[in-house]
Amino acid sequence: MADTLRLVKKISRLAQGKRPLRFMEVCGTHTVAIFRSGIRQILPDNISLVSGPGCPVCVTDDSYIDKAIAYARRKNFIVATFGDMLKVPGSRSSLAQAQADGADIRVIYSPLDSIAIAEKNPRKRIIFLAVGFETTAPTAAATVIAARRSGVKNLFMLSAQKLVPPALKALLNDAAVHVDGFLLPGHVAVVIGAKAFNFLADDFQIPSAIGGFEADEILSALVSLLEQIDGGQVEVVNDYRAVVTDTGNVAAQKVLSQVYAVTDAPWRGMGTIADSGLKMRDEFADFDIERVEPIEIPSVKKKSACRCGDVLRGVISPTDCPLFGGACKPLHAVGPCMVSVEGVCAAWFKYGGNNFRW
Amino acid sequence: MVTKILSAHGAGGQLSTQLLQEVILPAFDNEILHELHDGAKVGRLAMTTDSYVVRPIFFRGGDIGKLSVCGTVNDLAVTGAVPKWLSVGMILEEGFEIAALKKIVASMAAAAREAGVKIVTGDTKVVGRGQADGIFINTAGVGELIGGVDISARNVRAGMKVLLSGTIGDHAAAILAGRHGLELPDEIQSDCAPLNELIAEMLTVEPRIAMLRDATRGGVAAVLNEIARAASVGILIDDEKIPVRPEVRGVCDILGFDALELANEGKIVAIVPSESAEKILSTMRQNVHGTNAAVIGEVVANSAGKVGLRTSIGTVRVVEMPAGELVPRIC
Repeated sequence: MADTLRLVKKISRLAQGKRPLRFMEVCGTHTVAIFRSGIRQILPDNISLVSGPGCPVCVTDDSYIDKAIAYARRKNFIVATFGDMLKVPGSRSSLAQAQADGADIRVIYSPLDSIAIAEKNPRKRIIFLAVGFETTAPTAAATVIAARRSGVKNLFMLSAQKLVPPALKALLNDAAVHVDGFLLPGHVAVVIGAKAFNFLADDFQIPSAIGGFEADEILSALVSLLEQIDGGQVEVVNDYRAVVTDTGNVAAQKVLSQVYAVTDAPWRGMGTIADSGLKMRDEFADFDIERVEPIEIPSVKKKSACRCGDVLRGVISPTDCPLFGGACKPLHAVGPCMVSVEGVCAAWFKYGGNNFRW
Repeated sequence: MVTKILSAHGAGGQLSTQLLQEVILPAFDNEILHELHDGAKVGRLAMTTDSYVVRPIFFRGGDIGKLSVCGTVNDLAVTGAVPKWLSVGMILEEGFEIAALKKIVASMAAAAREAGVKIVTGDTKVVGRGQADGIFINTAGVGELIGGVDISARNVRAGMKVLLSGTIGDHAAAILAGRHGLELPDEIQSDCAPLNELIAEMLTVEPRIAMLRDATRGGVAAVLNEIARAASVGILIDDEKIPVRPEVRGVCDILGFDALELANEGKIVAIVPSESAEKILSTMRQNVHGTNAAVIGEVVANSAGKVGLRTSIGTVRVVEMPAGELVPRIC
C-alpha cells in the first residue's frame, strides 16, 4: 500500500499540467489486471488507458472460426481448443453451437493435452486450434515436435498464431490511432526479449515500458511512460526485470522457428498485416490440417454494427459501441471482444460497472 | 436465441439461473421451492438433492463418492438442519470397474460416518457403453431443522459481517490438476468435506446467523451475488482478506481464472451479526474445516443486489455474477 501511494503520487505529479495522454495496454491480461485492481479509478483525469489488440481470440478473423467449425462438423474429427474460443461467433455460428449439435470439441488448457487425446482416439483426426501470440506459440510448436517424436500421426494444427511487434507497427502507421505510449505485454516480452520492441523508440520515438501484472508493477510502468514524456529519453523501459531479459527466452524462440515461419496474417479490424503471423514450415506440413485436408469456406461478409475492430485498435472505447451492454453481453456476445476472458469488452462489462456505493 | 442445452447451463452462473427461471420454476413453482436455498424447509425437516458428475472420478483429496455425500450433507447443514438420512442413486456405465465402484462406496460410507448420517435407501441403474461416463451419482438428504435457527435472506441486514470458512478455489485447482497434469504441491487437495459439525458449532455460539451458503459452483462470487440479490443489500468484501493459497492463485494466473469464481466443496460463506463475528470466527478456527476462516467483508445498505470488492490499492470494483462455464463437470 505504501508503494502504491508513492507511485500514485508520482503519477499525479508527472501528469500535472500535461495535455490529455492516452496510453495503450497491449495485452489482454493487462486489461483484466487493470480492471481487477481498479487502477483507472486512481489515475489523474488527463491520463486514459486504452486497450489494444492483445487478446488472441479477439483478433482472430471470422474466417478462421468458420473453418474450425467446418472441421468440427466433419465425421471422425475432434477439435481441441482453449475454452475462450468456444463462444466466439464466426460469420454464422460458434464452436459452442457446433458442440451442442453433436460435434466433438474438447476444451484443453495446454496444447500438449491434445497429444493424449490423439493417442486415445487413434481412428480420429484431432485438430488443435493454435491461436495465440508469442507466449503460447512455442508450446504449440513443442507439441508438434513431441507428436512427431512419439509417432502421433492423427494430430493436426489449424494455425492462426500472431506476432505482437508487427501489429504495434501497423497501429502506429494507422492515422486513426492516437497513442502516447505503450504498456508492453510482459509475458510476450519474456519470450521475445525487450530488444524486440526497440523499434518503438528508434523508428517511432514513442515511449514504452514493459510491465508486470501486479497493480504496483503496472503503476511503475505508467511512471516510466510519464517520465519519458516529461523530458526523459524515449526508450523501451524494462519494468519487469525479474522475468524479462533483453534477448528473451532463446530456447523457446528456437523451438518456435523450428516449426513455424513468419507470414502475413489477417487481424480482425486491422486487415492483413505483413509478417505478423506464423505458418508451419514445409518440414511439418503433415501436421498442418489445411495442407493435409484443405477445406474451402465461402467468405461471408457479416453485416453487423459490432465495432470490435475499432475497439481492438483503441480507436473507440467499448462503451462507444452501440451494441455494448445491450445487444452484446457476455451471454449473447455479438463480437469476440465480449467473449474471451481477456476480451476488452468483456473486461469493461464485467469490471467496468464502477458504481458500487457504500 | 439459445435453443439447446449448453454445458454452461450447468455451471452455476447466469445461464444456470436463466434455465431455472425460464424452464424449471414455471413448471414446479410453490412457496417452498421459491426460497431457492440449497435445501428446502418442510415443517421441521429440511430436504435437498444433488447429482454428481465430476471428472475425473478420483481426484486429489477425494472422489465422486465422498463428494456426493459431503455435498448433500452441506446443503442440509447450510439450511440450518442437522443432516440425518441420505438416499443414493447411481447410474453406472456398462464396463465400469467393480473395484472402482467398491472404492467409491467405501469413501461414501466413510464420509457418511464422519458426517453422522445414514444412507437409508438407494437405487442403481446401468446404461450401455457410451451412454454415461463411468458413474453418475445422485444423493438426496433429509435433516432436522435446528430449533430457534432461521437461515434466510430475509434476516440479512446492513452492518452484518461476511465470514468465509477458509481458502478458496482448492477443489477446482485439484480437479484441474487431475485433468491436465498440472504440477501442484501435495497440499493442494480438494477441500471436499462434511461441514455439518462446523456449522452446528457456529449456530451454537450464535443461533442468529442470518445466512449460510456453501460456495460450490460459481464460487464465492456467485454465492455473494445471490445473497445480495435475495436480501436486497450490498456486500462489500476486501480482496486482501480473502484466503487464497499462492499455488491456487498461480493456477488462476495461468488459466485466466478468478479465484472468487472457482468452485469449492468444503467452504461456507456466513452472514452474521457484527457483534458476534469475532466469537463465531474463533469457534470456526478451532474446527479442522475452519482453521483459515476469516472475516472478509460486510453487508452495506447501498448498492442493493451488488457485490463490491475493495482492491489491493484501495479502490472498489463490482464483482459480477459469473457468466458461465469455467471448469465443466467440477462436481
